[in-house]
Amino acid sequence: MRGHDMSDRREVIATVNGERRAELVAPRLLLSDFLRGHLGLTGTHVGCEHGVCGCCTVLFDGEPVRSCLMLAVQASGHEIDTVEGLSDGKVLHPLQEAFRREHALQCGFCTPGILMTLTAFLRDNPSPSRDEIRGALSGTLCRCTGYVNILNAVESYLEPGIGGTP
Amino acid sequence: MKPAPFEYADPLKVADVLQLLRERGDEAKILAGGQSLVPLLNMRMAQPELVVDINRVDGFDSLDNAHGLTIGPTVRQRRVERDQEVVRSQPLLAEAIQWVGHAQIRTRGTVVGSLAHADPAAEMPVVWQCLDGTLEISSSDRSRTVAAREFFVHIMTTDLDPDEMVVGACLPPMGSDTGTAFLEVARRHGDFAMVSVATALALDGDMCRFASIAIGGVAPVPLRASQAERFLVGEKTIDETFIEAGVRAAAETDPPTDIHGSADYRREVAGALVERALGIAAGRARERAGFVDARS
Repeated sequence: MRGHDMSDRREVIATVNGERRAELVAPRLLLSDFLRGHLGLTGTHVGCEHGVCGCCTVLFDGEPVRSCLMLAVQASGHEIDTVEGLSDGKVLHPLQEAFRREHALQCGFCTPGILMTLTAFLRDNPSPSRDEIRGALSGTLCRCTGYVNILNAVESYLEPGIGGTP
Repeated sequence: MKPAPFEYADPLKVADVLQLLRERGDEAKILAGGQSLVPLLNMRMAQPELVVDINRVDGFDSLDNAHGLTIGPTVRQRRVERDQEVVRSQPLLAEAIQWVGHAQIRTRGTVVGSLAHADPAAEMPVVWQCLDGTLEISSSDRSRTVAAREFFVHIMTTDLDPDEMVVGACLPPMGSDTGTAFLEVARRHGDFAMVSVATALALDGDMCRFASIAIGGVAPVPLRASQAERFLVGEKTIDETFIEAGVRAAAETDPPTDIHGSADYRREVAGALVERALGIAAGRARERAGFVDARS
């Protein structure tokens, strides 16, 4: 039954960053490739493609998932949030602003996955300790190894009165 | 696009899943959380003809904690670790689940999927082996219950026939005189375990009444250190006892050597973890017994 990709397409109807999107896709299409290739949301980065690096982390019904470990067809009927949804494109989200302020990114490749991971983490745990933040970051790799500044950025974001705060 | 082409089905009823397995057997792979299967698809180490996605099956997300714990096939690890009732009633499972990958993995990953995948380094099989958990297995024309001891056959190989699937994973209720502990050594948190140890200890005063020790990462399937368990029964819960049990348990292992560690190193770690886990479990058993007494 090989080579049935064209005839075997299925419709994905999902809410992505608040917008309803409908596309015909092959079942083997990964969610990460769907977001990037079909919807043009290239902010979701693809690193290892087997669930180790965390760069492709998006929110699936509000919870962080590896989009390289899901099929696009599985998103049907669900809500996906990507890094593009964090800001309106003009003003940075306060967490992004904190990353900028604290130099929490160098090459920036891992940043979208880290931002999405932290978005869910800080929603569930609004005043974490530094160790808890470190734990939350354990599922995402930064090969520039800028972890200390990332921790500083989260703490800076949480400090009242600096930038936008919760 | 990484995986090789496959047919895709996402049935809504368990009968339809079982019918597909009956018709397609080995050609079909079940997709639950996908945290083990999808990497294998991406690397094309697995190239099934048919992927049966069970995430939309009615009733598969059930979590029943009334008489022991029964976990349905699409219950996420994250849901289990966040369920305060489960955390209270099955502390060993709650402790072990923290070691499964990272939060992003546990958001999708399922307990049942991890058991059915039967990776020798995975945490869930060690818990099931330690607590004498069972697996409910169904095919289109029969159902059976299998003990963890019989379920894990070899590396990533279980007692399942090609037309069968695990429809529930069960743990017995924990006794009020029992304490448990789970410990693991991995290169980095979230990596596969080099060695993991699960223990359950029931006390009668300051004596061990019952002991269970399961060790992961030292054999093709999670190992029960039965000689160390037998030694413990009737012994005093003192450090010397746990040191001796660790030595005996280590002697029962026959670990592999790989790039992460030698057989000797793994055996050493297994002994040390058993000794420590028993000490922790004994302390918790005492706390638990005290807590129950105080309330009655």
